[in-house]
Amino acid sequence: MNQTKRNITRIRMTLSSIAILLVIILGVTSCNSDDRQVVAQLTDLVMEDDFDQDGAPNSELWSFDIGTGDNGWGNMELQYYTDRSENVTVQNGNLLITARQESFEGSNYTSARLITKDKFEQEYGRFEARMRLPYGQGIWPAFWMLGADIDTNPWPGAGEIDIMEYRGQNPTIILGSVHGPGYSGGEAISKSYELENDRFDTGFHVFGIEWGPDFINYYVDDVLYNQITPEDVPGQWVFNKPFYILINLAVGGTFVGSPNSETEFPQTMLVDYVRVYQ
Amino acid sequence: MKNILHKKLNIIAILIVGFALSTGCDREDSEDLRVAGFPANGDVFIDGFSGGLEYLPFGGSKLDAFTVDDETFFEGTASMRFDIPNFGDPDGAFAGAVFPDNGGRDLSGFDALTFWAKATKSATLNEVGFGNNFGENRFLVTKNNLRLTTNWVKYTIPLPDPSRLTEERGMFWYSEGPEDGDGYTFWVDELKFEKLGTVAQPRPGIFSGQDIETETFNGSRFIITGLEQTFNLADGTNETVSAAADYFSFQSSNEAVASVNDDGEVVVRAAGNAEITALLGNNRASGSLTIVSTGDFTFAPDPTQDPASVLSVFSDTYGDIDGFSPVVFNNETLTASVLNIDGQRLIQYGNLGFVGIGWNGTSDLSGFSNIQLDIQVTQSFSPTNNLIVELLDRGADQAEGGGDDTGGGFAIPGSQLAEGQWVTVVIPLNGFNRPTGGGFAGNPNLTNIDNVVLVGEGIANVLVDNIFFF
Repeated sequence: MNQTKRNITRIRMTLSSIAILLVIILGVTSCNSDDRQVVAQLTDLVMEDDFDQDGAPNSELWSFDIGTGDNGWGNMELQYYTDRSENVTVQNGNLLITARQESFEGSNYTSARLITKDKFEQEYGRFEARMRLPYGQGIWPAFWMLGADIDTNPWPGAGEIDIMEYRGQNPTIILGSVHGPGYSGGEAISKSYELENDRFDTGFHVFGIEWGPDFINYYVDDVLYNQITPEDVPGQWVFNKPFYILINLAVGGTFVGSPNSETEFPQTMLVDYVRVYQ
Repeated sequence: MKNILHKKLNIIAILIVGFALSTGCDREDSEDLRVAGFPANGDVFIDGFSGGLEYLPFGGSKLDAFTVDDETFFEGTASMRFDIPNFGDPDGAFAGAVFPDNGGRDLSGFDALTFWAKATKSATLNEVGFGNNFGENRFLVTKNNLRLTTNWVKYTIPLPDPSRLTEERGMFWYSEGPEDGDGYTFWVDELKFEKLGTVAQPRPGIFSGQDIETETFNGSRFIITGLEQTFNLADGTNETVSAAADYFSFQSSNEAVASVNDDGEVVVRAAGNAEITALLGNNRASGSLTIVSTGDFTFAPDPTQDPASVLSVFSDTYGDIDGFSPVVFNNETLTASVLNIDGQRLIQYGNLGFVGIGWNGTSDLSGFSNIQLDIQVTQSFSPTNNLIVELLDRGADQAEGGGDDTGGGFAIPGSQLAEGQWVTVVIPLNGFNRPTGGGFAGNPNLTNIDNVVLVGEGIANVLVDNIFFF
């Protein structure tokens, strides 16, 4: 009886595997052939931070945005960004960004936002980070990019690529988006990806994009879940120029709402690595 | 319909076997272990009783409250229907039952008990959970006050620590009474243990997460209450359940001062400080109990009046009056307990505003001259503070009201009491000449006394012993 069951099981598993392969093939073939060629070429590692050196993040790569920006960084966010080790540090091979509930310079929360502006900027490529996210109402981590010409070409004209955004109250769902002229803020072109039988705050996941002249592919782990092309945006395609990387952990704001009494602090996001390929 | 269902179940069973095969490193060993263990069947009630499941209602409950309903269901062909009685229903004042599988099941591969439920009206289900089979209930889990709606809603009761549930018998239990006197009906369907994978961020607690400090003495005992486990679910909500003591491991920072056993019972053993904390799995529970023991307890002196001339209210030496109660009326925040330290009893009051000490019927004190009581104040206070003793007399009708009640008070000045020391107070019964807080003029009649009242004026924490008339 057991033997029979095993055989059936194997056959069924094989069928499942075939089904999965079919899905993968379907997924790949739904891109046009040019895309596939581009994707296949994005294996040349041009930037990597594995966060192997304990202490402050590598200052040759990372700078910090400090303070509350303009109107809570444009989103009514509640945190004050610092570069203190309480909010940002490298430990045991991970970058730790920690949001704390504390009175600081007139804000009730502190956290950190790292940027590669003027230090690493690139047009096109594969950008990915392996992260474990925090959780709770009002917690808003993000791994994203802004057009490097933002000082002379204000947002949204500069363009924004959100590789990963997440609401702490939705621990199984992330979003990937682009913002540009005519499609910014609430009008951004966006798609969510939901984990089945798992969540983003209990283990590490890879969040990435494959970005070429006329497409941005979004993936989580080994699942490609969206492609955005110039035809998908209702305004100018502003993604043919260098962008820089941002990693931050916001608290509150219009996207996520304020924390409540059930939100646990501190909340820490862990970044195992950031890698960029060409 | 049934055929389709069976097919589905078969597929699920095959998938489970497949999973077991694919995850086992050494297939032969894992198969052997599986045979030796209890069945890992998560189904409780899908469209009927799962194998081995029984139904046992609570004593005193409406015995026929549960039925299988094949007309109303969420999915499949049937659901569990529960008819909650109206207030005063002769068949039972409430509905409640356990659904055990006394063969035992291995639930360690699951992380939640889930079900769909709806009710005939919005209602609050008092208690629902698992781990109750009318046995030891070592791993009892209770979700208190589950809100039911008139729509089918899926509910998730997280397993506090699945690794402990390798041999569980209590698959489901509930207890519910009328809502504002009215009965109603609710249905439960697709009741099963599941591996959701999204039950995360455990935050256990004892004393419901509060840090409690208590000054006490050797021989005192405490029970750790408010044992709970909280998880964050896929929809972002936090779900808290009550969890039995066996899920926790308790620790004392100083076993010589206070020890704690597996049931969460704390015994104070020596002078000093000890902090009682707990772990659930690898997670430190929030909440703690800090014991500050002042050492051996000094008992009130044994009274020496001739028992033949005593009418005792509360005393280990003379016994208690019939129907003695340390609290028959009180201010809202009063705490009161009868402590038992090494076999000797005394009364402890905290946050004392006023408290009536009572007994059955009324007592004729006309043949007595004095009331005596031992008092120890357990807080700092000013000599100008008072502790007032009042006597209430219910008159010829021997009942409260009726226009014949009298009462009067006597103020013990703080200057005659002492923090941390027993003081024996004797008050002549003709000395109760103060007006009372309840509005009586003083100098009560003594033939139908039914309350000794204590009123704190700046003295709110006291121990009291040996209350008697002589």
